[in-house]
Order: sequence, then C-alpha cells, then structure tokens
Amino acid sequence: MKGAPFHRRKETKLVVRYLIATFLVVIFVFPIYWLFAISFKTPGEIFAVPPVWYPKSIQFNNYAVLFKDGDAKTVGNSLVLSSVSTFFAMIFGTVAAYSLARFKTGGENLGVWIISQRMMPPVAIAFPIFLFYVWLGWVDTYIGLIILYTAFSLPYVIWMMRGYIEEIPLELEESALIDGCNRWEVLWRVVFPMARSGLFATAVFTFVFSWNDFLFALVLTRTEVTTYTVQVTHYFGGQSNFWSKIAAMSVLGTIPVFITVATLQRYLVRGISMGAVKG
Amino acid sequence: MAAIAHPDRNFKYWLISPAVFLLLLVGLFPLIFSLVVSFMRVSMLETDTSFAGLVNYVQLFHDARLWQSLLHTVLIMVIALPIELLLGLAMAYLFLDRLPGRQLLVSLLVLPTIISPIVAGATWRLLFDNRYGPINQIIGWFAGHPVPALWTVNPGLVYPAIIFCEIWQWTPFMFLILLAALSNVDRSLTEAAEIDGARFWRSFRYVVLPAIFPVMSIAILIRGLDLFRIFDIIWALTAGGPGTMTETISVYTYIQGFKQFESSYTAAIAFLVIALLTVIVTWAIRRMGLAK
Repeated sequence: MKGAPFHRRKETKLVVRYLIATFLVVIFVFPIYWLFAISFKTPGEIFAVPPVWYPKSIQFNNYAVLFKDGDAKTVGNSLVLSSVSTFFAMIFGTVAAYSLARFKTGGENLGVWIISQRMMPPVAIAFPIFLFYVWLGWVDTYIGLIILYTAFSLPYVIWMMRGYIEEIPLELEESALIDGCNRWEVLWRVVFPMARSGLFATAVFTFVFSWNDFLFALVLTRTEVTTYTVQVTHYFGGQSNFWSKIAAMSVLGTIPVFITVATLQRYLVRGISMGAVKG
Repeated sequence: MAAIAHPDRNFKYWLISPAVFLLLLVGLFPLIFSLVVSFMRVSMLETDTSFAGLVNYVQLFHDARLWQSLLHTVLIMVIALPIELLLGLAMAYLFLDRLPGRQLLVSLLVLPTIISPIVAGATWRLLFDNRYGPINQIIGWFAGHPVPALWTVNPGLVYPAIIFCEIWQWTPFMFLILLAALSNVDRSLTEAAEIDGARFWRSFRYVVLPAIFPVMSIAILIRGLDLFRIFDIIWALTAGGPGTMTETISVYTYIQGFKQFESSYTAAIAFLVIALLTVIVTWAIRRMGLAK
C-alpha cells in the first residue's frame, strides 16, 4: 500500500473497471444487436440451428416487405400521434407550469391533483376512456389518441417545466414588462428561451412516453391509426416469417427514438435526474 | 415585483385552463363515468343495465384469479425492484469516476431504457426462443449439451424470463438517476473512502446514502409504481400464460374488460387497483419522508 505499488494498483483498478464496463455493455447491448441482426437476416439465417450470430450479408428484404404490405404506415401513425401530442402537451403544459410557478394558481392542491393524475394505472383508466370514446365515436381516430396522449403527458410536462421556470430570475421578466412587453410576450420572449434546455429535455421524454405507449393504442385503435407497437404484436404467433417482421418493425420503431435521443443527448441526463427529483 | 405579484386578473387562469380542461376530459370524467358503471350490471354481451349496488365489489373478494394476479404482480415487483436498485447503484459507482470513453459507454448502457417496452418484450421473445434463440445456445455452451428450455411455457422458467427482461430494460434507468445523484455528492467527504473497503462502507452508510436518499427513494417509487402496473413486457412474452400463470393485475384487468367484456366488473377492479395504489403511494411517501 506504500510507494510504487500504489500506482500499479490504480492501473489495475482501471483495467478491472474497463473489463466490468465492457461486460455490462455486452449484456445490455446484445439483445438490441440481436434485434437489428435478425432484421437483416435471410429466412435461412433466422431459422438456423444453432443460431447464426451475424447476417452474412446486409439485406433489406424484411423491411421491403413491411413497406410493400403497408405495415410500415403504422410507424408513420406513431410519428404523427407522438409529435402532435408532444407539441400540444409542451405548449399547454408550459403555460400551465408558468401559472403554477409564478402565481401559485390554485394553491398547492391544484399541483398535487395534476401530478396525481399520473399515478393512475393506465389499464384502470383505459377501460373508462374506452367506454367514453365509444360514446363519442373517437375510437380509432387521430383526434382521440392525440387528446389522450396530450392529457397523459401534461402532468409530467407541468411538473418538470415548473421546476425549470422557477429557476428563471424574476428580474428578467420584470424588466421585460417595464420595457413594454405584455404578458404573452414575456412568455414568448423571456420564459421560453430561458427554459430552452428544459423544454428540449421534457419534450424528448414526452415524445418517448407517447411513442412507447402500447396499452392505449391496443385498446383505442382498430385499423386506421394503429401504432407500430400494436403492429409488432400482430406478428406474434403463427406465420413462418413472423420473426423477420417482428424484428424489422421493432427496428423501424426504434430508430426515430435513437435519433431523437442521440441528437438531444446533452439535455437528457439532467432531465432524467430532475424528473426523479420532482417525481 | 408588484406587476408580477398582481397579474391581470384572469391571466393565470387562461394559462392553466387548457391543461385542466384536458385532464378533466380524459382523467376525471371517464373515471366518474366508470364509477357509475361499476355500480351497475353492464356487460357488452348483455343488455342488462340495472342498478347492482355493491354486487361487483363483493364479487372482487371471491375472485381467486384476481388475487392470484395481484400476487404475481407483487412477486415480480419484490424480486425485480431490489435487483434493479442494487445493480443500478453498483453501475453508477463504476462510472462515477472519470473513465476515458465514459460518455459513450453510458450512452450504450442506456439504450434498453429508451426502447418501447413492447419492443423489449418482443426482443426477449426472440432471444428466449427454444430452438432459434441465442440464450439456450449460450447456456448450452456452459452445460456442454444442447438445452431446449421453453422459457415462456415452462412454469419454472417463465418468471425468471419476465424478470430478466424487466431488469434488463429498467436497470439503466436506475443507473442514470443514481449516477446523477452520486455525482452531486460532495467528493471531499468521500475521497478517503476510495482507498479501502471498510471505510468505503462507512462513508457509504453515513455520507453517501443520506445524500442520495431523496433521489433514490423517488426512483424506487417510480419504478415500484411502474412494476405494479406491468403489462407490455408480459403481453409480449406470455400474454399472461401458460394458463393464467403470469397474469398480473393489469393483464387480468385487460382480459376482463376487453376480452370478456365485463364492463361493470372491470370498472370495479379498476377502482380496487386505484384504491390500492393510493394507499401504497401515500404510505410510501410518508415512510420515505418525502412529504414535507
């Protein structure tokens, strides 16, 4: 523990850390690799025993089938539903958060009521919503799911954005008011730009929540606005080529999230930890 | 200051009303609607809509399948949650110090958490396949002979399969949150601890743990709630089978509502679940000292 060995100890420790890290990366990434690998395999490779560990050649046939059958459209549906609902949830949620943060609207109770909406188990509210939507004729419509996803994201957006807005110095808003901005202009010119990184982080998570939804889509869609998560489960069971379809559709549905997260990565770690702190 | 404190009277209500309206529309209104339904005899297969009083709620207590599904849910929760927590914490420690390439490694480790749970389930369905999947192949290498384990059918293997998938997907979430929490702990207090084991445990117990406890307990609460309503992964892997063996409370509720079309009874189950969750959350929040 003295002198020279100390240095070597440190190096050994680093090597050990790398070994463990590599082992973990292999375990956590391998399943995703496998999914991608299958999506590029030929039927022969997919059904080989023992398994073929990597596709001999990258071929896009499995994807081409999805586009030819029109199944790939479900990824488009997911994209529309998630982006539009994220857009509305961010707007309505941020202004609501501003109201809660600056004016303490409704006291503590309103804030608590809003967050409590998030604790409901989805399946428990899916059934009431289904009955309600049948009555309104909103089953299998864009508007129905967009409203649902927007509302479902709101508690999270409000809770997160409230934290970010509270960090904005009040003086900035005051001077904007003195300079002649009206209250909406203060929101647009001061609050939104100041909370920019928070807006990005929150928007990514909101998008991913809606994107990942399966249960509501399963219950509230039929054929018109089926999302890709529901489409993936349509391949479970019978046909001989179901594996290639599961894999290709899953990859198609995963790529947009990878891209979004990779692009906005620097905002995310803080977003996650803030989310944890604020619930 | 005065201008901020005394806004144009209705401005703050204008800001919050769209959000509140939407939450009432899909949050509160359907709930009231189904509360009414739960006191009736509505089933999509019959036309009877008479008042039933507490019949549906009484039936809950005699429904063995319901309590069994609750037991399955708790079983998955009490096994998966501590493993996710401990593994996530260990991983957070591994990446706490500077490590060249850390950013890339962390990004890779977080991948499982950002994919859809249904895709996670589908992926593990492919991995666990008894003939074509790599899992049995890898186990076979160690066993020295082919292993044809039926992961999603064999009663003894189906829970390990579900819990594996669950842990794989959500440990990175725990890891990220705990990494952020650990990074905020004052290093000067813990630096000495890095040298030997005994001091490590002491400093963890008396310095680090109290510091990360608030964040950790919320992470536990979030994951606990998510585990309580686990649906997607099970639906992808087993759909509740074999038989009713892996039905969780969410799966059972879904089957009652959307396969059996027992509207009133499903509404009653939903309210049981909501009541249970409310009790658990309130207890957890008090217990963890989150209510200030």
